[in-house]
Amino acid sequence: MDILEILLSASFWAATIRIACPLIFATLGELICERAGVLNLGIEGIMTAGAMSGWLWVYNGGDLYGAVLFAASIGALFGLLHASFTVSLGLSQHVTGIGITLLASSMSYYIIKMLLPESTSPPKIVSFQNIDIDGLSNLPFFGPALFSHTPLTYMAFLVVPIIMYLLYRTPWGLAVRIAGENPVALEAQGINVVLVRTLAVMTGSALMAVGGAYLTISAFDAFYFGMINGRGWICVALVIFASWRPGKALLGALLFAGLDAFQVRMQQQIGAYIPYQFFLMLPYVLSIVAMIIVARRAEYPKALLKPYRRGERL
Amino acid sequence: MHLELRESTPWWLSFCAPILAIIGSMLLASMFIIWAGASVIEAFKMIGIGAFGSTFAVSETFSRAIPLMLTGLAAAIAFRAQFYNIGAEGQLYCGALVATVVGTGMFDLPAAVMIPFLFACGALAGAMALLLPWYLKTKLSVDEVVTTLLLNFVILLLVSFALEGPMRDPMSMGWPQTAPIIDEGILPALIPRTRLHAGLYFAVAMAVVLWLLLRYSVFGFKVKAMGLNAQAARHAGIPPKKTLFWVAMISGALAGTAGVSEVAGLKGYLTLDLSPGFGYTGIAVAMLANLHPLGIILSAIFLAGISVGADSMGRALGIPSYIADIMVASAVLSVLIGLMFTRYRVRRS
Repeated sequence: MDILEILLSASFWAATIRIACPLIFATLGELICERAGVLNLGIEGIMTAGAMSGWLWVYNGGDLYGAVLFAASIGALFGLLHASFTVSLGLSQHVTGIGITLLASSMSYYIIKMLLPESTSPPKIVSFQNIDIDGLSNLPFFGPALFSHTPLTYMAFLVVPIIMYLLYRTPWGLAVRIAGENPVALEAQGINVVLVRTLAVMTGSALMAVGGAYLTISAFDAFYFGMINGRGWICVALVIFASWRPGKALLGALLFAGLDAFQVRMQQQIGAYIPYQFFLMLPYVLSIVAMIIVARRAEYPKALLKPYRRGERL
Repeated sequence: MHLELRESTPWWLSFCAPILAIIGSMLLASMFIIWAGASVIEAFKMIGIGAFGSTFAVSETFSRAIPLMLTGLAAAIAFRAQFYNIGAEGQLYCGALVATVVGTGMFDLPAAVMIPFLFACGALAGAMALLLPWYLKTKLSVDEVVTTLLLNFVILLLVSFALEGPMRDPMSMGWPQTAPIIDEGILPALIPRTRLHAGLYFAVAMAVVLWLLLRYSVFGFKVKAMGLNAQAARHAGIPPKKTLFWVAMISGALAGTAGVSEVAGLKGYLTLDLSPGFGYTGIAVAMLANLHPLGIILSAIFLAGISVGADSMGRALGIPSYIADIMVASAVLSVLIGLMFTRYRVRRS
């Protein structure tokens, strides 16, 4: 009865969509990197940097759409750094990624501490407000659940078909996919593998940063220390769960967010009997379970983790 | 220009990588110091004094280096076998948690038995925390990077539950901390009136043991073969799952003992802020030493010095102490470039 009540409430579905958005952006970002053959473990730090820079832009009087662009370009810069190490120089993708996560998050925290040395409660900004879509928002149930969200939320759902189109219907997307499957064949076509992979990692990292920025300029209205809290790692798991397909990534993010929104509501009902830590564990446990479910039929991009050096055999 | 594999590495070149890393991290840090409006030379001088300028400073640096050596060794053996254990943070807390369970009065043993017993329990707990990632990797080929990373969060929440629930010290006035480790389990201090404890001997001994193991044993040879070419190793008759099992057990055990040494040597009880990311910094420690167990002793002292020194410099000059993390991160990235030059040479094409 209680469960049905939760599932039938519009606020549950609205929360699901809100929780899914940063995951959608960042999962797609990681997916593009991995499709091009590069595992980007910088994701956790790049999301932190995105959250910080988006917040910083608005805090300094910039507008919200400018903040999205600013966060994206900061993300792309870290992507360029990642790609120069892993693509141009062919260095360890694991260590580079962990290094960039450490670098991006410590730089973000440093900048915040420099700007707000004494503050105990983080200053609030005016974040994206909910926009009602004429005609649709007044629908019972569906209105508040689906059609009363911030512009950045609608954008997250628009990005999915755009990425699908780019990846499967354009020569650019084809080049990215072959770079991750058979870079030698790509080079044989006269296409620069290093360039394709670098651009893919930069695009992916930009999306990760927007995912981080979603938290500070759309979901909440301030920057908190440790606010990414493992979301980046969850996105890496979601990419595997989605078998490297954007459509399934959207599905995975929504499913995941739904379970997360559900556990928060269950916590309010049966929290007296089960300690809250076990509810908080669920997202991480679920991510591991999700990877186990698909493990048997996971089809990794063939050249994932394999550096490409011209003239050197794989 | 292109890169060409070297046939052999001149001996002096292997020292260039860590030196390049140190220069790289200092360059990036200076930009942030200048931005904060402080003098770069003054700042680095104060980091040096804060880390090594007095007996007290040295004792603080060395006691900070103990957990870093152990998590660094944990990362080193795992990375050598291409088993990417990023979960040393969680394994550290597992070790600390179990050491606290058995060390707060459950057993009443003399110190000579109690201390090794605590370390053994903590090592076992840390190793157990890697059992699932090992199983998932070898049986179901689930990537160990993601599972170990995610388990860090699960374990930390488990510790948080233990501290607020069954293990909270009734005398702690509501703070989420455990009862203190009994006196027999406390590691002796090395220098009176400092926090430096006998865990240092243990960490250094572990580095030497691991070096001997990797350098002179058949197991060490198997690990090396797995790391260089897993496929070829399998064809040569080296069992990959079994070898990775022992790699995982040793790696987890080392990280677990880092937790024991922090609880029984430094803090005396378990809290949720036991480790400021020792597990993650351990990766930097291992990389800076090019995964060499003896080099890890030095790189752990160096990185511990940076964080202890940056703390006192930050307080004096008003620079956020995150500068230490920035230096650690840029050291990791620049050491990668340095190591590349030991394997490749640049040729004009």
